[in-house]
Amino acid sequence: MAKNIAIPFKGTAEQEAKLRQVIAEHKSDKGALMPVLQKAQEIYGYLPVEVQKIIAEEMDVSMEKIYGVVTFYSQFSLYPKGEYTISVCLGTACYVKGSGDIFDKISETLGIKGGETTADGKFTLVDCRCIGACGLAPVMTINDDVYGRLTTKEVEGILDKYRNA
Amino acid sequence: MYRSHVLVCGGTGCTSSGSQAIIEKLNFEIAKNGLDKEVQVVKTGCFGLCALGPIMIVYPEGTFYSMVKEADIEEIVSEHLVKGRIVSRLVYDETVTTEGVKSLQDTDFYRNQKRIALRNCGVINPENIEEYIGTGGYEALGKALTEMTPEQVIDTILASGLRGRGGAGFPTGRKWQMARNFVQDGGQKYVCCNADEGDPGAFMDRSVLEGDPHVVLEAMAIAGYAIGASQGYIYVRAEYPIAVKRLEIAINQAHEYGLLGKDIFGTGFDFDIGLRLGAGAFVCGEETALMTSIEGNRGEPRPRPPFPAVKGLFERPTILNNVETYANVPRIILNGAEWFAEMGTEKSKGTKVFALGGKINNTGLVEVPMGTTLRTIIEEIGGGIPNGKKFKAAQTGGPSGGCISAENLDVPIDYDNLIAIGSMMGSGGLIVMDEDNCMVDIAKFFLQFTVDESCGKCTPCRIGTRRLLEMLDKVTKGQATLEDLDRIEKLCYYIKDNSLCGLGQTAPNPVLSTLRYFKDEYIAHVVDKKCPAGVCKDLLSYEIDKEKCIGCGMCARQCPASAISKTDYTAPGKKLPALAIDPEKCVKCGACMAQCKFGAISKK
Repeated sequence: MAKNIAIPFKGTAEQEAKLRQVIAEHKSDKGALMPVLQKAQEIYGYLPVEVQKIIAEEMDVSMEKIYGVVTFYSQFSLYPKGEYTISVCLGTACYVKGSGDIFDKISETLGIKGGETTADGKFTLVDCRCIGACGLAPVMTINDDVYGRLTTKEVEGILDKYRNA
Repeated sequence: MYRSHVLVCGGTGCTSSGSQAIIEKLNFEIAKNGLDKEVQVVKTGCFGLCALGPIMIVYPEGTFYSMVKEADIEEIVSEHLVKGRIVSRLVYDETVTTEGVKSLQDTDFYRNQKRIALRNCGVINPENIEEYIGTGGYEALGKALTEMTPEQVIDTILASGLRGRGGAGFPTGRKWQMARNFVQDGGQKYVCCNADEGDPGAFMDRSVLEGDPHVVLEAMAIAGYAIGASQGYIYVRAEYPIAVKRLEIAINQAHEYGLLGKDIFGTGFDFDIGLRLGAGAFVCGEETALMTSIEGNRGEPRPRPPFPAVKGLFERPTILNNVETYANVPRIILNGAEWFAEMGTEKSKGTKVFALGGKINNTGLVEVPMGTTLRTIIEEIGGGIPNGKKFKAAQTGGPSGGCISAENLDVPIDYDNLIAIGSMMGSGGLIVMDEDNCMVDIAKFFLQFTVDESCGKCTPCRIGTRRLLEMLDKVTKGQATLEDLDRIEKLCYYIKDNSLCGLGQTAPNPVLSTLRYFKDEYIAHVVDKKCPAGVCKDLLSYEIDKEKCIGCGMCARQCPASAISKTDYTAPGKKLPALAIDPEKCVKCGACMAQCKFGAISKK
């Protein structure tokens, strides 16, 4: 199991109102659960059990079903993410150009494995499957910033930019 | 009327390399020079040559600027747009000849291509429906609704020989025919579009969605008319934010223009399209799993029969086609089945888009007639392998496909030939590998992918792929025996024959095809305990050439395991004693080799 920081749920009334509104908008659609979960994750950043409960009650589906769906898809997270999510592309085009080494280097530098968050809550490291910028391989993204044609030597300097941010 | 248009690529590749900032700077400089009534900047979809991004083309001249930087814009505007002098230092060098700058269409990259599915990508502004209509958009829908019966639409698609571009190559017309005929109870039917492009290294569908979203909407409406459906869904990856945004814009605009919604073209035909975002599960590219996911469940596949044409989404007759398949439909309706069937080979008609990636100079998107050889794609269009390395293999079909070796470079590519040589078309990812890539490692890479993405519903896939991965891992660690290789092969066939869905049935392909063409590499790992490409860490050893070593100690300072120390030997002409690596302590990280400026360290 990945190492994840235990953060107590700190949802606001405002977030909850937003969530209830989203559910009301989608409730009558066919197959509404996925879009509702996606919007809920946008609102809260992750899908803690408290949020799942609200969705279960409002949409009249079982908690068991919601948990099943949330854990099936890699995009949904039960835990909060770090301030910066580092996503290294391990798609084929990047892999043959050495993105595996980049991933290992970051993992080693930060002392976390894939899916884990650093103890200070700063970085989460994940691998992703092809963002489609194969012309820039190997590629990684840190939140919305894209870094292409990477070498392992550049990793430290790039991380520093965010460490001090 | 503008005297000049500047087209800047706004696809994911070029956006990642900074094209948005270039567009802003261009608009600023153009306004500064008072040209805003004369020159228009258009953000288009992908041009295809992603390796050279960010890309821009200035029309009417057709000047192709590549790898443009924000700092270059002032010069391009003041020289080219104001004074009419091309900034030749920034022009793609392939287009520069002794007689001047030649057209982009005459370069090696574009000359051998034929763009049908990609015809509007890099040409029109995808966020403006009028540009799509201006290039003949929605004419095919008009023709189908007002001049053709649904049966005639299906007959045209059947006669064209169009086959599914998502990988398996099922005849599109037959799919439509089944969905029309099998159930005729007047109830709801569905038209779905598979835009869950999950093959790592494939980005054809994304480029069509980003560069020409309306073509997909138009084709889905035509399909809806053909099978008698009034509702469509596009299932698109959430990892493609630009594509999602442009689809949303396109659907809204089509509504405004009455091209989606009620009573389209006053013919009484209703059709609407909803977007559904994927959430990062590869198996959802499988048709039944995709439908289960749209229904709001865990995206697990269902046994077939019943086939989706009988009982699909929400238990109603459904067709599911891939983005590229749809991108061909409007042209077939407009130009006729014969026009389309003239292109390609006997059983594979038309063109195919490939996402060219890996060890190749012109990384990007290419569309070629079926039957083009791999050699043409790699050596001419792709511009060959960088750094003078030798071609080793090309991988098609992603985790479901296989590796093609040099001996098959001249096989004309179509659905059936690729299967015959142990690979498959797949959705069109084409990854080139050179001598530095280890084929066992690549097979292991794909298996790791399938193990992660197996949904777990059926045992052969869930457990079989994991056992297969473990055996491959033994090979890469030098712990396997020749009997293990036989066991690997046997397990591959077992998984293929017994898995529930396409994911498991094709998962062993990367292993089987590398075993077939690169058996010597497997044997080198097993018998000689060596990785010929120098990739598998456990089989590597690093050595310092004591004659070349000057004893500077840079490598020893980098070594995380303190495995490097001084010897008593000093080479002739050197001042300090040479260093040596202790193989017992070495963790094979390669840090020493990267640090040595004298080329004294090698891996074997």
